[in-house]
Amino acid sequence: MLGFLQQPVMVTTEVNLNMVALTAVGLLSRLWQLAYPRAVVFDEVYYGQHISFYMKRTFFLDGSGPPFGHMLLALGGYLGGFDGNFLWNRIGAEYSSNVPVWSLRLLPALSGALSVPMAYEIVWELGFSHCAATGAALLLLIENALITQSRLMLLESVLIFFNLLAVLSYLKFCNSQKHRPFSPRWWFWLVLTGVACSCAVGIKYVGVFTYLLVLGVAAVHAWHVIGDQTLSNVGADAKGWAGLAWGQVRVLCHLLARAAALVVLPVLVYLLFFYIHLLLLCRSGPHDQIMSSAFQASLEGGLARVTQGQPLEVAFGSQVTLKNVFGQPVPCWLHSHQSTYPMIYENGRGSSHQQQVTCYPFKDVNNWWIVKDPGRHQLVVNNPPRPVRHGDVVQLVHGMTTRLLNTHDVAAPLSPHAQEVSCYIDYNISMPPQNLWRLDIVNRESDTDVWKTILSEVRFVHVNTSAILKLSGVPLPDWGFRQLEVVGEKLFRGYHGSTVWNVEEHRYGRSQEQKERELELHSPTQVDISRNLSFMARFSELQWRMLTVRSDDSEHKYSSTPLDWVMLDTNIAYWLHPRTSAQIHLLGNVVIWASASLATLVYALLFIWYLLRRRRRVCDLPEDRWLRWVLAGALCAGGWAVNYLPFFLMEKTLFLYHYLPALTFQILLLPVVLEHISDHLCRSQLQRSLFTALVVAWFTSACHVSNMLRPLTYGDRSLSPSELKALRWKDSWDILIRKYW
Amino acid sequence: MLCATSRLLAAREASALPAHPRGRAPAPRSRRRELHFPGHPELPPGDFLVGRFTKPSVPTGRRVILRKGRMPPAAGGGLAGSELRPRRGRCGSQAARAASRDVATEAATARSPKRPALPSSRRFEAAGRWALLALVTLTSFASRFHRLDQPPHICWDETHFGKMGSYYINRTFFFDVHPPLGKFCAFLGSMLIPLAYLTVLELSRSLSAALLTAALLTFDTGCLTLSQYILLDPILMFFIMAAMLSMVKYNSCANRPFSAPWWFWLSLTGVNLAGALGVKFVGLFIILQVGWNTLSDLWHLFGDLSLSMVTLGKHLTARILCLIVLPLALYIATYAVHFMVLNKSGPGDGFFSSAFQARLSGNNLHNASIPEHLAYGSVITVKNLRMAIGYLHSHRHFYPEGVGARQQQVTTYLHKDYNNLWIIKKHNSNSDPLDPSLPVEFVRHGDIIRLEHKETSRNLHSHYHEAPLTRKHYQVTGYGINGSGDSNDFWRIEVINRKFGNRIKVLRSRIRLIHLITGCVLGSSGKVLPKWGWEQMEVTCTPYLKETLSSIWNVEDHINPKLPNISLEVLQPSFPEIMLESHMVMIRGNNGLKPKDNEFTSKPWHWPINFQGLRFSGANDTDFRVYLLGNPVVWWLNLLSIALYVLSASVFAVAVQRGAHLPVEVEGLSQVLLQGGGQLLFGWMMHYFPFFLMGRVLYFHHYFPAMLFSSMLTGLLWDTLLRLCAWSLASYPLARCVHVLGILSLLLGTAYR
Repeated sequence: MLGFLQQPVMVTTEVNLNMVALTAVGLLSRLWQLAYPRAVVFDEVYYGQHISFYMKRTFFLDGSGPPFGHMLLALGGYLGGFDGNFLWNRIGAEYSSNVPVWSLRLLPALSGALSVPMAYEIVWELGFSHCAATGAALLLLIENALITQSRLMLLESVLIFFNLLAVLSYLKFCNSQKHRPFSPRWWFWLVLTGVACSCAVGIKYVGVFTYLLVLGVAAVHAWHVIGDQTLSNVGADAKGWAGLAWGQVRVLCHLLARAAALVVLPVLVYLLFFYIHLLLLCRSGPHDQIMSSAFQASLEGGLARVTQGQPLEVAFGSQVTLKNVFGQPVPCWLHSHQSTYPMIYENGRGSSHQQQVTCYPFKDVNNWWIVKDPGRHQLVVNNPPRPVRHGDVVQLVHGMTTRLLNTHDVAAPLSPHAQEVSCYIDYNISMPPQNLWRLDIVNRESDTDVWKTILSEVRFVHVNTSAILKLSGVPLPDWGFRQLEVVGEKLFRGYHGSTVWNVEEHRYGRSQEQKERELELHSPTQVDISRNLSFMARFSELQWRMLTVRSDDSEHKYSSTPLDWVMLDTNIAYWLHPRTSAQIHLLGNVVIWASASLATLVYALLFIWYLLRRRRRVCDLPEDRWLRWVLAGALCAGGWAVNYLPFFLMEKTLFLYHYLPALTFQILLLPVVLEHISDHLCRSQLQRSLFTALVVAWFTSACHVSNMLRPLTYGDRSLSPSELKALRWKDSWDILIRKYW
Repeated sequence: MLCATSRLLAAREASALPAHPRGRAPAPRSRRRELHFPGHPELPPGDFLVGRFTKPSVPTGRRVILRKGRMPPAAGGGLAGSELRPRRGRCGSQAARAASRDVATEAATARSPKRPALPSSRRFEAAGRWALLALVTLTSFASRFHRLDQPPHICWDETHFGKMGSYYINRTFFFDVHPPLGKFCAFLGSMLIPLAYLTVLELSRSLSAALLTAALLTFDTGCLTLSQYILLDPILMFFIMAAMLSMVKYNSCANRPFSAPWWFWLSLTGVNLAGALGVKFVGLFIILQVGWNTLSDLWHLFGDLSLSMVTLGKHLTARILCLIVLPLALYIATYAVHFMVLNKSGPGDGFFSSAFQARLSGNNLHNASIPEHLAYGSVITVKNLRMAIGYLHSHRHFYPEGVGARQQQVTTYLHKDYNNLWIIKKHNSNSDPLDPSLPVEFVRHGDIIRLEHKETSRNLHSHYHEAPLTRKHYQVTGYGINGSGDSNDFWRIEVINRKFGNRIKVLRSRIRLIHLITGCVLGSSGKVLPKWGWEQMEVTCTPYLKETLSSIWNVEDHINPKLPNISLEVLQPSFPEIMLESHMVMIRGNNGLKPKDNEFTSKPWHWPINFQGLRFSGANDTDFRVYLLGNPVVWWLNLLSIALYVLSASVFAVAVQRGAHLPVEVEGLSQVLLQGGGQLLFGWMMHYFPFFLMGRVLYFHHYFPAMLFSSMLTGLLWDTLLRLCAWSLASYPLARCVHVLGILSLLLGTAYR
């Protein structure tokens, strides 16, 4: 009874003052004068736009990364009460008073500050000394490039934070695996690893490399678990087959737990980001046009306002506009107008001289077509409506000119390998109309085989020649008013978006007479039913568009190549004070960059040396030291490699800040290598003291450099031209010096 | 059996292209590989276009040789449809062959090597093996050489490679995106099957697996089609397979290092590697595979403490000699031959640097003697250092309305033309520097100059208007009348890494032209201007002062009557320089192969599922077409096998890792599966996945090397799995029945198509 009262309630805490102090200086260095400069700095102009979109809950599409990072920044804006009313158009523009600069920049700054104690923890968990751990944290603390990047409304510091968190929690998980698997602590770190990984991927796609690294290390560890014979003998009282089976089940449990936390959970969290993203962005916006009609219809305003309440099933007699699904180079609608193809083209080829059919990127009354049953003359919908199904043969009547969509064995104006598409005019020259099209609903398996507005993706296959109605995407010359060419494609039979169309606007035709019909076509559509796309459909479409949206790879003054990064041969000017010469640069601490690269090289050489010697059964390191050394290398040198080397294959414009995640891992490796040299390669006490003195001298110089570059990091002090010239240590650095000072 | 497919294919082909439209361009496929050459207002680049329509005289000849003495068809390759017969109509013979194969298989499996055999029966067995190999070879040759002369018109890439054959004959220099060896060779496609057979036999030690592989490849329509035409791929695939086979062979000689067979197979591997790389750069992947295999082999030896360091050193040296030095020497030798044979100037000149051109006879830089140092009054051409950009050019046409200022266009042009000539003048005096009374004044680093276009007497000019295509750069125009313009015509000439003092050397000096007022650098963006610019390339003045090749120029032609001409023999670049440059140009060219508008290229994920074929011959007025499409049964079986392999291999690996004790037979089979199969799977991955990273145009036929590996994997996997099944059904006769029946049904299944 009341046994728990027998013992007094004890709370024993251990406070690592190192950690506390590091966190405090980290916060100080990142948060000091955070709201300065009160102007748009470099890429803030770009992230700021997205924050405004979030604040106004307007849909946008951004190909640079998944939405989680932008959402985090927007969270800062939300907490600061930002209303989204700011025109992000120019770097250096002064912020108006309604922009809560401090809270917008708070989250990246906090992430940057917390990376410092995390570096400490990681090196400690890797099994190295407190001294090395403190060294790693201090190096991160005084790295100028990291300070600059985390004091602004940018995402790299958040990405680095989650990268480090993933590595740290995996290490904690690993270390608790040795003592108490399946304890709450074990579960906590395992789950946190998965969550941190998916957060990293959710901020920038490059986060996926760290995720893969952690997965790789986890896979190797899991493979050891499989080979771990001791796990089979845990069931103490179960003997023989039962014990063996118990062992297998236990191994299986280990594997399943890892798979669930490191594979399934990240996917779910990643989906969650998109779910919140789509939940937040519910209004139509400037990027609507890129998305499919169905997606647009799911947004408030925009197309939803137009299409709301259209009849769902297209029937004979329906009036429709047909949008091309591919939408390259611009989204457009099937269109025709009074003008005809020129008799003779510029290059001397002839045409049919019939009415032009084009694809037109703007809403227009000439985009309306009427679906006609070839067997009947009426252009109105029966009562009840007779829906059009897959495989039906239809004619398409152009609403304003009542001419029929036609294609024939005449070369198209700009794509001579394909057939010309026209609206048929009977010139009485023995060129018969060929205006029958067979309807081919491409997505009938996932949907029904009835032609539906917005949802159905259809192809029109010409009955006589089996050509397919296709948008070639080439703008016609002046005679075609620069609209896009539409052709009948004969060669290609596979699926391609340019041959697929969907109905966007739709109404049942009611007027018999052409005059009435023209009036009807001019009137806006209305009726009633709302359609909702499922989340997965919206997610997959959005994700696909984000990955394929083409940003024009524009040259940038400060773009650089990966080779420039290792030795810091380049910098980026972020901001210049409008009047004085105070300026902010992304410029690293040269001493740290150079020595970190050197440390990576030393690590690689030592590793190969040890590996070869171990193969010849010469063990320089005790087994546990060796494993520690390998794990540190796998995570830190590996982290550097996976975050750096892929950039050589990327074709987009690259900047120095892309290197920062790799640099962070490289800096973690630096004290590890130093401690290893001091412990294992310095033979005598004298050597060790000498080495320590060297390290202290080196660290002092790093601090000194950091201090010298401080004005360019914080931008708080205006330097004279001579001081600025003195800071230009490399010719390739671009430091702004005002000419007329 | 086979006729069912052929009819199906024929039907498919017939429906693929109905009647021919009026006014349509002639064969659209035939121009596939041409890099784009912009047109020109006054001088169409006719000489280059001639190459496109050259008839492939060599290919037909080659075919003739292999047809053993039959008369060649008429050289006019284009006359299609005159004597067409369906190419695949060979049901009867094929059926008979399939049947005979089945008998052979039965015979082979009946002599399963498991049983203790008498010496005489062993001899008999060896003879049987040789007979079987001969049979496989014969079958494959028969299927490949059957109706080789059909169709007598040019198929797809034959235009490309056939043309190159004729270039070699004429010793004209040309530029191609692939290394040169492939064009020397003829058909090796039929050797693929015996090679695959031997490789699988070596890896699995099982005749039935080898036979299954051979059958898969024999009956695959894609392989068949590919090896019947004059393309590089059969040759490439031959070298890949030969390298694989010799690698496997020397692996199995590992217990007798430094013996004669060991040396033989090792050096043969090296030779084949050189061959593979010499044909196409895809050969690089097999080099990586062999390299990986060698590394793991060395690693294994290194861990063997019974070997001394000296022995290890010998091992290492042997491998370096045979796998690095030997292939490299052979590869360089092919290049030496290539450059020696092609020593005449030709249409590909413009792609190469001035120094490179100097070694081609017929080029005006060959044995040329021109003044060495640039002086005022010289007439020059200025060439961009980036490959395939060309000469600074201008002509009497204005930029159209709305594109910057309405002044004369300045472009770059790849072909030699009198509109490429510029006069170099002082910025502040308009006096004629060629006046004999004035002393010669050399242009020096840092001078302010004016460049006057010789034909139109307008100055090279730039100003704060945006360039036509690259909006962030400034427009470059021709401005002024008779050489008098404004201060926007002044450029500062700078030499990069001044090695030669202050004067500027023709051809050797790399110069930059910096606009004096705006501070921007003259460069070419490499973008093709629209019709109004005659599809020449855009010239801009870039405000970003990065040192990229596109903003560096050199002076190529140089005419100045006041200066003595100096022979340019010194310009002859060394062989390594030529090698390097031609490789750079090839790599750039390879990346520059972008799809034309009317081509739907395939994506790598289309390939293993046989998503869509490649239309080989596009002769429009015939109803007879060749379509490159794999045998669906084979391909889907391959795909299934890869999945099944991954599954079964991981089951075995996990079992071993868990320390399960496997019976001896299963142990042996799992070794075959994990090691032999692992090598094949690795080969498949190496020849498939890199394509996902490539930016260039990809075609279906790029998958075929990978397909060979996956077919071998299929053979090995099914044989091993069936043996396992047989083993688990303990009773012996039943077990053998299962094995034999399984192999038979698979063979029949593939043959049925």
